[in-house]
Amino acid sequence: MSPTPTYNFAYLDEQTKRMIRRAILKAIAIPGYQAPFASREMPMPYGWGTGGVQITASIIGPDDVLKVIDQGADDTTNAVSIRAFFAKVANVATTTRTADATIIQTRHRIPERKLAEGQILVYQVPIPEPLRFLEPRETETRKMHALEEYGLMHVKLYEDIAKHGEIATTYAYPVKVEGRYVMDPSPTPKFDNPKMHMSEALQLFGAGREKRIYAVPPYTEVVSLDFEDHPFEIQTFTDPCAMCGAEGVYLDEVVLDDKGGHMYVCSDTDHCEERRLSGHRGVLSGDPLEAAE
Amino acid sequence: MNTTSDAVNVTLPPPVPATPVASHSSVALMASSPQIDPPDRFALRDGSESHKGEGGAPLLKVEGLSKYYGTRMGCADVSFSLWPGEVLAVVGESGSGKTTLLNCLSTNLEPSFGRALYRMRDEEFRNLYELSEAERRFLMRTDWGFVHQNPADGLRMTVSAGANVGERLMAVGDRHYGRIRATALDWLGRVEIAADRIDDEPRSFSGGMRQRLQIARNLVTSPRLVFMDEPTGGLDVSVQARLLDLLRSLVSELGLAAVVVTHDLAVARLLSHRMMVMKDGRVIEAGLTDRVLDDPREPYTQLLVSSILQV
Repeated sequence: MSPTPTYNFAYLDEQTKRMIRRAILKAIAIPGYQAPFASREMPMPYGWGTGGVQITASIIGPDDVLKVIDQGADDTTNAVSIRAFFAKVANVATTTRTADATIIQTRHRIPERKLAEGQILVYQVPIPEPLRFLEPRETETRKMHALEEYGLMHVKLYEDIAKHGEIATTYAYPVKVEGRYVMDPSPTPKFDNPKMHMSEALQLFGAGREKRIYAVPPYTEVVSLDFEDHPFEIQTFTDPCAMCGAEGVYLDEVVLDDKGGHMYVCSDTDHCEERRLSGHRGVLSGDPLEAAE
Repeated sequence: MNTTSDAVNVTLPPPVPATPVASHSSVALMASSPQIDPPDRFALRDGSESHKGEGGAPLLKVEGLSKYYGTRMGCADVSFSLWPGEVLAVVGESGSGKTTLLNCLSTNLEPSFGRALYRMRDEEFRNLYELSEAERRFLMRTDWGFVHQNPADGLRMTVSAGANVGERLMAVGDRHYGRIRATALDWLGRVEIAADRIDDEPRSFSGGMRQRLQIARNLVTSPRLVFMDEPTGGLDVSVQARLLDLLRSLVSELGLAAVVVTHDLAVARLLSHRMMVMKDGRVIEAGLTDRVLDDPREPYTQLLVSSILQV
């Protein structure tokens, strides 16, 4: 039997962590600016959260409590394996409870529970450049950021309204950070955009394949772009969560049969669980309705 | 040519209001000029209405502009002044340095020598090549326009016509969808594109329509100076005629100053007030368009004029 391979704490070597921390500090100093960093190969494919994992590995300490969510859920493949990865290579405590976590690595959602000071939200970002689909040249987009030429971003929103009668961008909805940089909030639903504004938690964004880190420090202004006569709006749902009865949260549609039957449930599984534990019930939760309250 | 830099300093002021504003005014001016038409008379103007009330200062003063690509010369020692409302045609065969000159003027290229002074909206002359990149790009999308020969170079082919026209407005901070759209509609009308094409992509437009759309996109911020590179190139003649008609009316309506690069003397005749003939990177003859075309002095210009196909 070959000896068990040993890793440095949190997998990355210390030099790499220092390099990434420097990029993180730079990103925090210039909110919304995409700081380049020397992204490493990780034991997972690009697009599975290599950027987020590298940030988490660089900031995590033995006392941290880690939560990982994928589309709001704690129990999907990506979330489970990244949690297991850090439990193994850093021997840290993990949790599914938002309130208990010090670091939350997320793929495309912000937890429903309001984050508190001292918590860090780490986003996995596939394409950090909000202008990329409008302007393919990196040299040009960097220049546009440098010179604050963001007219093109509104061209995209204009096209949406012209084609669909409303701003049809529902995720990766561009925001302006601290009145300066236009930033892609990673493909979170625009429902979560308001949560970024003046957030008490530090928000770090890592794009491993694209080798960029950007950040929104706590208490930073984050404004979603819009038109005066077509103001930014978040998604609304007609039905409450079928499991916990929550309203005003982001819901996933779940298809129940092949006859058009479907239900809406909380995308944030921890939030839903917590509500059910405290006695809230939805129409399909399986318990008698009178159990609610 | 060596006298050019001095020449600019003695550039004549624009015609005094006493000059009769008649079709003969240009003839009168020409008569008073010396027998040869040296570069220092490039400043001559035809005295048309649109120049009035501009305080007499030129919009653009170009002094000894040269561009070398390594040791090869692109254009050399070009000097002229351009007044508001004036259209200057730069003609010559391909390879004569027309496009190099235009690219230098529009700051797409940095010249090797010389300078171009532009009168900013605050009436101050600034050397274009000493502006910061941010200032130059701002100028490019507000005060200037650039009409490319190939509309695909000047348009965003994958966004709708309305967004193409509205882009500049959004770039300068307009954030009202209704207003942007209304302005775009207005401009599509002015360049004779049907209102129901506003949400179509220029990919689905004909060549002439694309070129008209490009013009609308450039003019929507009311620029004061427009550069045009063979604006009618590649279009069939009937489409060319309508486009020229449109350009002519827009230029006079808006009091635009323009530098039009073309190898088509007919285009120059129709659009421009003044004309510069280039050969091997140098300006060999310049003057009022009618004068140059009807009474070409340089042998090369004579050749050029006599080469026009007669139908």
